[in-house]
Amino acid sequence: MSSMTITEKILAKHAGKKYLEPGELINARVDIALGNDITAPIAIKGFESTGAKKVFNRNRVVLVPDHFTPNKDIKSAMQVKILRDFARKHRLSHYYEGGDVGVEHALLPELGVVVPGDLVIGADSHTCTYGGLGAFATGVGSTDLAAAMITGELWFKVPQSIKFIFHGKLRKWVTGKDLILHIIGEIGVDGALYKAMEFTGDTITGLTMESRLSMCNMAIEAGAKNGIIAPDSVTEQYVKTRAERKYKFYESDAGAKYSEIIDFDTSKIEPKVALPSLPDNTKNISEIGRISIDQSVIGSCTNGRIEDLAVAARILKGRKVAPYVRLIILPATPLIYKEALRRGYFKVFTDAGAIISPPTCGPCLGGHMGILAEGERAISTTNRNFVGRMGHPKSEVYLSNPAVAAASAVKGYIAHPDEVMKKKAA
Amino acid sequence: MKFRGRAWRYGSDIDTDRIIPARYLNTSDPAELATHCMEDEDGEFAKKVKKGDIILAARNFGCGSSREHAPIAIKASGVSCVIAESFARIFFRNSFNMGLPIVESPEAHAASRDGDILEVDMNKGLIRNLTNKKTFSARPVPPFMQELLKSGGLLKSIQKKKRG
Ligand code: SF4
Repeated sequence: MSSMTITEKILAKHAGKKYLEPGELINARVDIALGNDITAPIAIKGFESTGAKKVFNRNRVVLVPDHFTPNKDIKSAMQVKILRDFARKHRLSHYYEGGDVGVEHALLPELGVVVPGDLVIGADSHTCTYGGLGAFATGVGSTDLAAAMITGELWFKVPQSIKFIFHGKLRKWVTGKDLILHIIGEIGVDGALYKAMEFTGDTITGLTMESRLSMCNMAIEAGAKNGIIAPDSVTEQYVKTRAERKYKFYESDAGAKYSEIIDFDTSKIEPKVALPSLPDNTKNISEIGRISIDQSVIGSCTNGRIEDLAVAARILKGRKVAPYVRLIILPATPLIYKEALRRGYFKVFTDAGAIISPPTCGPCLGGHMGILAEGERAISTTNRNFVGRMGHPKSEVYLSNPAVAAASAVKGYIAHPDEVMKKKAA
Repeated sequence: MKFRGRAWRYGSDIDTDRIIPARYLNTSDPAELATHCMEDEDGEFAKKVKKGDIILAARNFGCGSSREHAPIAIKASGVSCVIAESFARIFFRNSFNMGLPIVESPEAHAASRDGDILEVDMNKGLIRNLTNKKTFSARPVPPFMQELLKSGGLLKSIQKKKRG
């Protein structure tokens, strides 16, 4: 039998096929179908328009109203109510809205709702995050979600894969976020259009689950269908206590075909910053000069996990947010929130003068909890710096890892973490 | 399917936040979304677009989020068809699923100007620029997706299957 990539294998399995090739159109079984407060109302309307009476499986349709919750205004409350009524009517076991809600792509891996080997579709473009667990996960629209909620299946075109190999050790302060920003800077925002991005190499094997999730999270920013990392012992460690279902580890065959193979020397990569207004406008932090900021945001499905808050706490400990700068920290889920509280980070953050938000997408998409005014500038650990993404169309968003965002909050301009950490030692 | 209208010409990487900013996503009402269509790229668009007009973009149109509000806003604004050198994956899928005609053409963007009158013949895979009299080819739509369009979108095709 011919060789396949990990992406092809998972798709083949879910399409009931032994073998398939890029370009093939398939109908595949869906393990999890996800929607949020922006996309699910349209999906539910679609669902009802077909006269469907039941979802395909009440344990596999997941609704997470995380974008504008706690409801920011009457209109968003009305949208969320559509989800809640639907969840209640169909007795969905995975509905999160109150004290149990978190940013969907941080929440689902953490709760073990998504497991390795799954085929996941979500009406949210960052559904590709779950590739970090070794699942095939891709963002779709509301109509696709409606179809999947009814039938438990969806059509797919099997993507070609690009292999990205990272060799060598990460420099200090460099994380998965910097690796993915580096890739996007190299190949552009449509550099992997319609394709699967497979991340491998000894650097990737050494990455924490948090860093893997944040790398796969941004595959969509290169136009990719999915990002994926073969599961290993790090994955096993992460999922074994959480998984709510049986999981399966897939890996690419040695002879699998790729449309491209790109090698990186990890040791050459320094912390990255994506300048407005596209994620491929990336520069090394040492090259950008002094860029003053009005706001720093640490959170989101990209970097709102405990590892991210830990590094922020390390930098903020005993320091203060610069005058006239807002630092907003959004723990991505209730568990992360509690863990940060338990570890004493909240004291560090509040002593530093930071604002701690409940788990929500909030400012990441310019929803609420930290909107920028005209002319304001933010550094953010989120994944998009599009025009108007965090507020006024004439505001600016710069993307970075959490260490850079925390250091920048202290300095008042986009700063290398060493600038802050060295000063104290001296 | 044939469309004719004035071209609204834009560049590459027009993302979904420019097509419909997230600050308006607390509703899914098409008419309301249409009043903010393209707002962060072109403040004049929603005010001046006429029924039948055509959006003509360069590469990677619709990149970014999965919000179906983007093709919904475009469709509700009266736009008959979007032509681009290439489309972002989810936008492409969404457009077919909800019935916004889109065509890929490698040449139309470079060889046309803002305001030119364009005519698109989806069946023949042809685009004519009636202003400068040039003709361009459009990439053929895969048979599977033609079927989707014919049956009126994804949900209608599912309904049919269920009944059939
Ligand atoms: S945190 Fe930002 S990118 Fe992630 S799901 Fe929420 S809005 Fe989307």
